[in-house]
Amino acid sequence: MSTRAVPLVLPLATALVLTGCGGSADDATAAPATTDAEGPTGTLTVFAAASLTDVFTDLGEQLEADAPGLDVQFNFAGSSALATQVTQGAPADVFASANQPQMDVVTDAGLADGEPQVFAANVLQIAVPAGNPAGVTGLADLAREELTIAVCAPQVPCGAAAEDVFAAAGVPPAPDTLEEDVRAALTKVELGEVDAALVYTTDVTSAGDAVEGIDVPEAEEAVNDYPIAPLAEAPNPEAAAAFVELVLSEEGQQALADAGFRTP
Amino acid sequence: MRRRRREPGVPVPLLVPAVLAVAFLLLPLAGLVVRAPWGELGPQLTSPAVGQALRLSLVSATAATGLSLVLGVPLAWVLARSTARGRSVLRALVTVPLVLPPVVGGVALFLVLGRQGILGSWLDGTFGVTIPFTTTAVVIAETFVAMPFLVISVEGALRAADARFEDAAATLGADRWTTFRRVTLPLVAPGIAAGAVLCWARALGEFGATITFAGNFPGTTQTMPLAVYLALQQDPEAAIVLSLVLLVVSVATLLLLRDRWLSRAVR
Repeated sequence: MSTRAVPLVLPLATALVLTGCGGSADDATAAPATTDAEGPTGTLTVFAAASLTDVFTDLGEQLEADAPGLDVQFNFAGSSALATQVTQGAPADVFASANQPQMDVVTDAGLADGEPQVFAANVLQIAVPAGNPAGVTGLADLAREELTIAVCAPQVPCGAAAEDVFAAAGVPPAPDTLEEDVRAALTKVELGEVDAALVYTTDVTSAGDAVEGIDVPEAEEAVNDYPIAPLAEAPNPEAAAAFVELVLSEEGQQALADAGFRTP
Repeated sequence: MRRRRREPGVPVPLLVPAVLAVAFLLLPLAGLVVRAPWGELGPQLTSPAVGQALRLSLVSATAATGLSLVLGVPLAWVLARSTARGRSVLRALVTVPLVLPPVVGGVALFLVLGRQGILGSWLDGTFGVTIPFTTTAVVIAETFVAMPFLVISVEGALRAADARFEDAAATLGADRWTTFRRVTLPLVAPGIAAGAVLCWARALGEFGATITFAGNFPGTTQTMPLAVYLALQQDPEAAIVLSLVLLVVSVATLLLLRDRWLSRAVR
């Protein structure tokens, strides 16, 4: 019998630079306007649609500054994945969905505390790489076979909205890929690998200079409402109420508008 | 050397963890089987969309395994037999795809083979060939993720193989290439077969790099794992059925191969 030499696998530690949240403006929260004598404490867990990442992170930091002793945790993901997690018993306090059907999944299961409230809306826009190399001007260009086009898959909210928009415009799209979520579609525009993609206005805003947005009049046919609700089995109902209140406040609405959302 | 007769039974310190391991690996599968809406299995199996995704999965995983064999076996030989310096660094580098999150692998492939990529822009400009969003891209993404499994297996087999046979061949006048073909390859055939199976299975289940680099379009790039993921967004029951289809087909293929070919090679 021979001795067995097991090759040593030396995995290289791959440093993955995760996108951190930007520095918070501490001075903006120096004087909280309306706080109880003692704000909510403990941990607040918010499940929110991926498109809310930037705005909600800022709002969470603000709430933490207003209520010392409160720790705000976020779980940002696709709304349908989040709705599944909530119905499977994930210990969340608040759920903010990127569309009504996924909120319905939670309310139908009797897991929302009260009626969900719409706090924002998002419309689709065409995203093209900086400089618009393919000269895309409108929805009709997304039917051109020779262009490389990304559209969200019909199973996810942005894809469902895209189907409605194409139907309203009477344009049969010629996509080369049906993306699993809106961020994946945006990434392909940022990398210049597709000539155009149909994404949300807020995604174009968040991508900065790498991406240009082109308005689509037909997108008005498929405006996505974002509902938010505290959850019935919230471990921290007091903090949940405070967060929902902040999102619906003038401040919260302004932050959403700055990120490209429409506010009710 | 005569082997001592084995005592019957398994020692308890091995038996208990082994049983736990089986439970740990099989219970999630049992969960799929228990929760599956069996009534939907028939319609799903015969639906053209599922057949398309399944065919694409099998074809691309097999092509990725073939490509991995052609490139990976020589690489494994270099890692196991070459005495060049920097071998351990090379080994660490080629196993990077094992630790790299596949989605990152997909982005990395874009940066090299994408339309704007280092090689891809040249391919596009010179030959008008674009790789992303094609079936070729699926095969490339799967090969990128799965080939290290083959390389590691084959390298292990090569190191474990008795080098005296190769030495004997050399003393009889065979050059290194002939020795490799006539002596080394048959000697490590079981290791290559095991590596190929591991590679094929990994390629069949590949998700992250594929959906990133090849995108998702039915018939061209939508493999079964992608179809399962998207079904999960809307209809978890359909996703369970699709998972079972993939499971049944892959297990059946592996069992068939084992009977037909693997067992002979291993003996």
